[in-house]
Amino acid sequence: MGVLPWVWWYGFRRHTAYPLGSLTESLTNTVFGFMRAYVLLALWSVRPSLGGYDAADAVTFCFITQALIGPVQIFGGMDLTERIRNGDVAIDLHRPAGLQGWWLADDLGRAAGSLLLRAGPPLLAGALVFPFRVPAPANLAAFAAAMVLAVTVSFGTRYLVALGMFWLHDDRGLQAVALVMSLFFSGMILPLVVFPGLLGDVARALPWAAQIQVPADVFLGRRTGAGIIGALAFQAAWAAALLGAGALLTRAARRKLVVHGG
Amino acid sequence: MADGAAAGAVRAYGLLVWTWVRAAAQYPVSMVLLALATAVVTGLDVAAILLLFAHAPRIAGFAAPEVLFLYGTSALAFGISDIALGTTERLGHHVRQGTLDAMLVRPVSPLVQIATEDFSPRRFGKLVPAVLVLAYALAEAGVAWTPGRVAMVPVMVLSGTAIFGGLWVLTGAVQFVLVDSHGASKSVTYGGAFLTQYPMTVFARDFVRGVTFVVPLAFVNWQPALYVLDRPDPLGLPAAARFASPAVAALVCALGAVAWRAGLRHYRSTGS
Repeated sequence: MGVLPWVWWYGFRRHTAYPLGSLTESLTNTVFGFMRAYVLLALWSVRPSLGGYDAADAVTFCFITQALIGPVQIFGGMDLTERIRNGDVAIDLHRPAGLQGWWLADDLGRAAGSLLLRAGPPLLAGALVFPFRVPAPANLAAFAAAMVLAVTVSFGTRYLVALGMFWLHDDRGLQAVALVMSLFFSGMILPLVVFPGLLGDVARALPWAAQIQVPADVFLGRRTGAGIIGALAFQAAWAAALLGAGALLTRAARRKLVVHGG
Repeated sequence: MADGAAAGAVRAYGLLVWTWVRAAAQYPVSMVLLALATAVVTGLDVAAILLLFAHAPRIAGFAAPEVLFLYGTSALAFGISDIALGTTERLGHHVRQGTLDAMLVRPVSPLVQIATEDFSPRRFGKLVPAVLVLAYALAEAGVAWTPGRVAMVPVMVLSGTAIFGGLWVLTGAVQFVLVDSHGASKSVTYGGAFLTQYPMTVFARDFVRGVTFVVPLAFVNWQPALYVLDRPDPLGLPAAARFASPAVAALVCALGAVAWRAGLRHYRSTGS
């Protein structure tokens, strides 16, 4: 079995330790879901089938984004950053597991805890108040797989940003750029289907689309049969590319790091 | 005596802000880049509005320049209040860590200490899109300017700033009692900032009643904007409501001050 399942489990435990805090966060997610849903409904009342979505699709999409804010950690960040800053990463590098694998396991545990505590309230409230698209069983199963891949892609981008600390010593600039990209190109602010022309094409091909837009499309039943396979393959390809880049960068960082004795 | 205390607090605020700014200025490139990045993140909301209007000329009865007017006034008011008092949302963190106790023994108001903590010039980046968009909207919204309407614009920005400022302190003070409430108070502060960027005609009527009479966000810019843009009120409130923002702002600030004092008086450290 090895150590990684335990890392996953402790990540899960750590992020479910304060359920009240998570619940208040999901309350805010729900409030934002309502406000964004009203804005989208106002647009869809003028353009009823914009981007191939109907009003129920748009509203459901909006509550999915709010449910996923926590699990895919759309606002960025990782505990690893602080450990690189203060040098604790030297301990991490001595562990009997690779740095990236260790933190991926930890992050998947965090995401599972966050999904458990934070995803329910916005989806439930949205389904009760607004016209809501309930997924078919096959889509729901595919959505579960898409979630794992979405978190992995999210981890991949955040891990690369975190490793930037080895060279930059101040990651906030990089974090800020990453935040702009992930808010705008994931579908968090508006569904990518309303992005016009080339902007839309580019946005749908970037890794951030794999974090919210693609899983949401799977949930909404906009992808069926071979389309689901295509969606998951798109996510898996980005996950593999980012983890590959992460592995290369980890190796470079290992050479960069100088541990002072004492 | 009270005047002396207020002047002292303002002086301490200025001094602490200057200290933090000088600290941040040790890394000038980082500081400028971060201010720019903050401006871009704040500007994403403008991008969203423009994308919406790329698909429809009017949304909920309002054209793009009118919504941008709401965005500009809201973002400016929220930005200023966030710069001045936004870090009060960390109160629960200080209570949990016990660092509030250290603040209490210093000869400066804890509110001033928390509000100035980590004060960074990057936050001024928030004002950049707000000011640019507001300038554009004032020119393009097709307002029939009268002296009253011209005067209303600064009045609404100042009232909105005071309302948001009062809400920062009020929701911060709640954390004296509910240490974990920070997650939920964001729906009032950041949620309020988002809400007031859009015309209330977008939202359901009961929702608008809630943000008019319970959490008075409608007075940040919506009610005064109805006067400036000469629009009917969907809730049918009397015309006086359009001029009520300063009074509402005074009320919210008073509530915030009372709540903060009460919280501080009943604070009993973390114990051990």
